Amino acid sequence: MDWQALALTLKLATITTAILLAGAVPLAALIVLGRGRWLAAVEALAALPLVLPPTVLGFFLLVLLGPRTALGRGITSLLGHPLAFSFSGLVVGSVIYSVPFAVQPLVAGFAAVEPALVDAARLLGASPVRLVSTLLVPLARRSLLVAAVLSFLHTMGEFGVVLMLGGDIPGATRSLSIVLYNQVENFDYAAANRTAAILLGLSVVALAFIYLGGSPRAGRRA
Amino acid sequence: MLDLAIDVRRGAFHLQVDCRFASEWTVIFGPSGAGKSTLLRLLAGLDTPSRKGPNRARVAFDDQLLTDSPLGLTLKPGPRKWERKTSFVTQQSALFPHLTVAANVAYGLPWLGGDADREQAVEAALELVGASSLIARRPGDLSGGEAQRVALARALAPLPRLLLLDEPFSALDGAASDALIARLQIWLKEHSVQTILATHDATDALATAAEVVQLREGRLVAQGPAIEVLAAERERLTLRLKPL
Repeated sequence: MDWQALALTLKLATITTAILLAGAVPLAALIVLGRGRWLAAVEALAALPLVLPPTVLGFFLLVLLGPRTALGRGITSLLGHPLAFSFSGLVVGSVIYSVPFAVQPLVAGFAAVEPALVDAARLLGASPVRLVSTLLVPLARRSLLVAAVLSFLHTMGEFGVVLMLGGDIPGATRSLSIVLYNQVENFDYAAANRTAAILLGLSVVALAFIYLGGSPRAGRRA
Repeated sequence: MLDLAIDVRRGAFHLQVDCRFASEWTVIFGPSGAGKSTLLRLLAGLDTPSRKGPNRARVAFDDQLLTDSPLGLTLKPGPRKWERKTSFVTQQSALFPHLTVAANVAYGLPWLGGDADREQAVEAALELVGASSLIARRPGDLSGGEAQRVALARALAPLPRLLLLDEPFSALDGAASDALIARLQIWLKEHSVQTILATHDATDALATAAEVVQLREGRLVAQGPAIEVLAAERERLTLRLKPL
């Protein structure tokens, strides 16, 4: 068992989930509460990684963050190393790739909050930040849980973006899905079974957490 | 004193009202679909026509502009000095289900000094509407009438200067509603709060002896003392009460 890859994968998924939730809550609130046609474009852009092949996204990021672009050169001079083929680059790729898995459940959860409650909070002078933190997030906490679990699991099982952007550097960018790929390529099916079982087990536990722990009835009562 | 000039279309519905509400307590009377709620939402600042486009709304309260859509001006809803200071209570009480009654009523008071001031304001508002005993309850545990009382307390706690009521007593029985309105009218007079009550119920309109504005299909069709504007309604109600 490649414990180093497991630790790296868990670290990547945790950091990615934290960043995604921090960004997805305000983005989802903007999509639900905002006015203007440009918001449809924002929502579509946030959904793009769902339909984009991961290798395509990984390739674009590899080029964008590499030495061929001003952005890539700027980041390299700032960090002292390029983002591509580093753990930080992997985080950037994972965050972008999993955006829809964090944003869409939150948009659905926020949109399900009764408009009359939002109006009442606005009439009582709630700022957008207060409206989101005291009303939308508590009332859509189940959606927040779903967004967190889906983002975490999606990052855990990510392959295309990781391979394109991070390659296969032990301890830096080698995640469990890369390990699994290598094991299958080497016909080491026993090891591949163990790695796949860990990914499957984590997915089952996380989904059980959503469907059993945070029961839909409790969410609706909130 | 409230001056309004509104010309707004919402789908096939066209609301066109140009008038002045000078009375402390004005009743907007009309059947469902007459435009009462649309008008109140415009007054509350919840619905604002865009600067460009055919819709127009101009609302001034005591010579202060609350909304002037051609100028792109809208005072933000809220209880602070620089905000609209308008409260709005609807038939649907819209209490925050995850907060206690006390937290609901205190929601509009974060600007009030300390916790003690806030608690005092919450208790005073709940007492006014006869809901002091509900302070620790959650909205899910309240009856429709209790929820409406709490919603009213939440609207009054920040001391608005304009109070908009959209059939907010519909879940209260007649006697409870009359007693609450009577107590409310005294408090509103003491605190110089101008009130606009929208209703389709002629008894509500007649009970308050207020100025009545009658709306029909988005147009103002009559304005004046209740006894004059609602003479026909009054006669209809009297006939209904006559023994056969």
